[in-house]
Amino acid sequence: MDFLTLIQVLDSSVRLATPLLLACLAGLFSERAGIFDIGLEGKMLAAAFFSAAIAYMTGSVWVGLLAGIGSSIVLSLLHGAASITFRGNQLISGVAINFLAAGLTVLIAQSWFNQGGRTPSLMGGGRFEGIELPFALGPKDAEATGRSLSELIAEAGPISQLYSELISGHSILVYIALLCVPATWYILFRTRFGLRLRAVGENPAAVDTAGISVIGLRYAAVMICGVLCGIAGAYLSTALQAGFVKDMAAGRGFIALAALIFAKWRPWHALYACLLFGLLQALALRSDVVEGLVRVEVPVQVLDSLPYVLTVVILAGFVGKAIPPRAGGEPYVKER
Amino acid sequence: MDVMPRWVDVVLVPLLSLIIAFVISALVILAIGEDPIAAVNLMVTGALGSTYGWGYTLYYATNFIFTGLAVAIAFHARMFNIGGEGQAAIGGLGVAVVCLAFPWPHWALALPAAMLGGAIFGAAWAALPAYLQAKRGSHIVITTIMFNFIAAAVLNYVLVNILRPAGQMDPASERFPEGTNLPTMHEILAPIGIEFSRSAPLNITFFIAVIACVLVWILIWRTRLGFALRAYGHSEPAAVYAGISPTRIIMVAMLISGALAGLMAINNVMGEAERLVLNSVEGAGFIGIAVALMGRSHPFGVFLAAILFGFLYQGGAELALWTSIPRELIVVIQALVILFTGALDNMVRMPIERFFLAMHRARKAREAGSAE
Repeated sequence: MDFLTLIQVLDSSVRLATPLLLACLAGLFSERAGIFDIGLEGKMLAAAFFSAAIAYMTGSVWVGLLAGIGSSIVLSLLHGAASITFRGNQLISGVAINFLAAGLTVLIAQSWFNQGGRTPSLMGGGRFEGIELPFALGPKDAEATGRSLSELIAEAGPISQLYSELISGHSILVYIALLCVPATWYILFRTRFGLRLRAVGENPAAVDTAGISVIGLRYAAVMICGVLCGIAGAYLSTALQAGFVKDMAAGRGFIALAALIFAKWRPWHALYACLLFGLLQALALRSDVVEGLVRVEVPVQVLDSLPYVLTVVILAGFVGKAIPPRAGGEPYVKER
Repeated sequence: MDVMPRWVDVVLVPLLSLIIAFVISALVILAIGEDPIAAVNLMVTGALGSTYGWGYTLYYATNFIFTGLAVAIAFHARMFNIGGEGQAAIGGLGVAVVCLAFPWPHWALALPAAMLGGAIFGAAWAALPAYLQAKRGSHIVITTIMFNFIAAAVLNYVLVNILRPAGQMDPASERFPEGTNLPTMHEILAPIGIEFSRSAPLNITFFIAVIACVLVWILIWRTRLGFALRAYGHSEPAAVYAGISPTRIIMVAMLISGALAGLMAINNVMGEAERLVLNSVEGAGFIGIAVALMGRSHPFGVFLAAILFGFLYQGGAELALWTSIPRELIVVIQALVILFTGALDNMVRMPIERFFLAMHRARKAREAGSAE
């Protein structure tokens, strides 16, 4: 495997890791506040549909992004109502939200666009295009020289290849997702709000005793979760692909959940876990590279299922134990 | 504290939740510009208006009875088995292995063997998550979700690389031998003079599902094991104090749950498709969650809820065929049922509870007043 192939695989790892990372951080906020959320998948799916649909109608991807975030927040509030206000089972609520999104997106897509549960392809301003960083080789250089971009990059030096292919050229949401990691770390571990949020996931009674609203904090966490899932979904349909197709989240919400456990509910580790799982997804698309590396035929199904297997191994506690926030999954009942 | 009569808890609350779910579904149909009443009419005639419709309705119901019982029995031990989908898929593999291993002379011999195959494979797929929950404290919900995905990958690999006959393009096993074909309802009812649709997939498995309901009821409410299971589900410390081993209960409950999910495969794999195909479960494992919630984890409730969902499934297929309403409408209804009977149960229950509490207080006050 040459250097350029490696760069290309890493490049697609970053692209594939982005939705995982956003959803993983979304889950991190929610679960750190004591609200389990297996509805990440559904929220991403709803956001993917509404951002693509609205971006198509208005021609503006930014309006689409807002619509996606809005739809995801609505589902978050539903989850909040079920698990915070009505003290229902958070897992069952998550399952319901996943199905609700899976069904409604196709139903509405069919009713609006009549294309078998998909949105029309997005073009121009309806999509997030790659951002070309300064001095990177991009489509403009290709136009100027009249040759294809891949040719230009293949001829460039390793540093330029690394910079142009791996670091430059992603959509803005990729960079936003990466910035979310230090932001999440800062909010959770360096602000008063973060301290309270973590406390409410460990010992809500103590937070309540201190005169801080458990319900308010948990709703705040669930809303942040909705915003991040919304960006993740919008990325799927307006940046990674050009339009919504049925079930396009394709289990990413669950991989994000796996990454969250893998990372033991810590932001920086979430980044590493998502990059790892993104790499696995990228390798599953490039089985020729994998075979070149290990010299034996690796079934693509092995690569597909590796994130899940790794998560089970982590959960089993053989490679360091994953301990969830202590009050996770438990509705808080104020003492009478 | 028990001011609510039992029938309110068992019948009224689930019924109200169901009605809310259906009203919202009707609004959804209205919102996409279709007529809900016409849709219901079409669903009823399509699913219940002919023996063909009934044949499909009860065929789907058979699947949901198995997966619903699987979820229900785990619920009794306060465990949430989301892995029914994977367990049923691997159960299908077990059934396929049994059916293909041997040129079975008659279905009466093949059926018990296939049941054993499906149950053992399904239970085996539930065993590892159960063990990890019991011994390592890994959350069963997360592990069973992961095992669903792993099952899909395993099945994909086995079908593409091992069971697929040479020269065939689609990832599916070869047809099962003639001797494993289960009698359909048409063949069962024809000798006694009842005409039943020839093309509906309903088969003898339906009766096995009904027997399974009875057996699960006996297990839960009439055996020592069932008592231990429920005791553990109500209070782990109390169960431990009574000498019940949590490890044993978790393992046993999950093994039975997985076996029931795996048993579903004799209906869809052996009874209908007569070969193993990719995604043979088609979400029945997840519908089991809705069925168990709606049926309040009682085998009879599961039976009724499974038939309701069988009706929705077949009715939804008819809708998709004759109108522009896609099949996904059923997924929406399923989600709303799970939401209202499961997660938002308290929303429905609290006002009713308050009403009965007020009645109770009023009666107390009246009694106190007349005593003076």
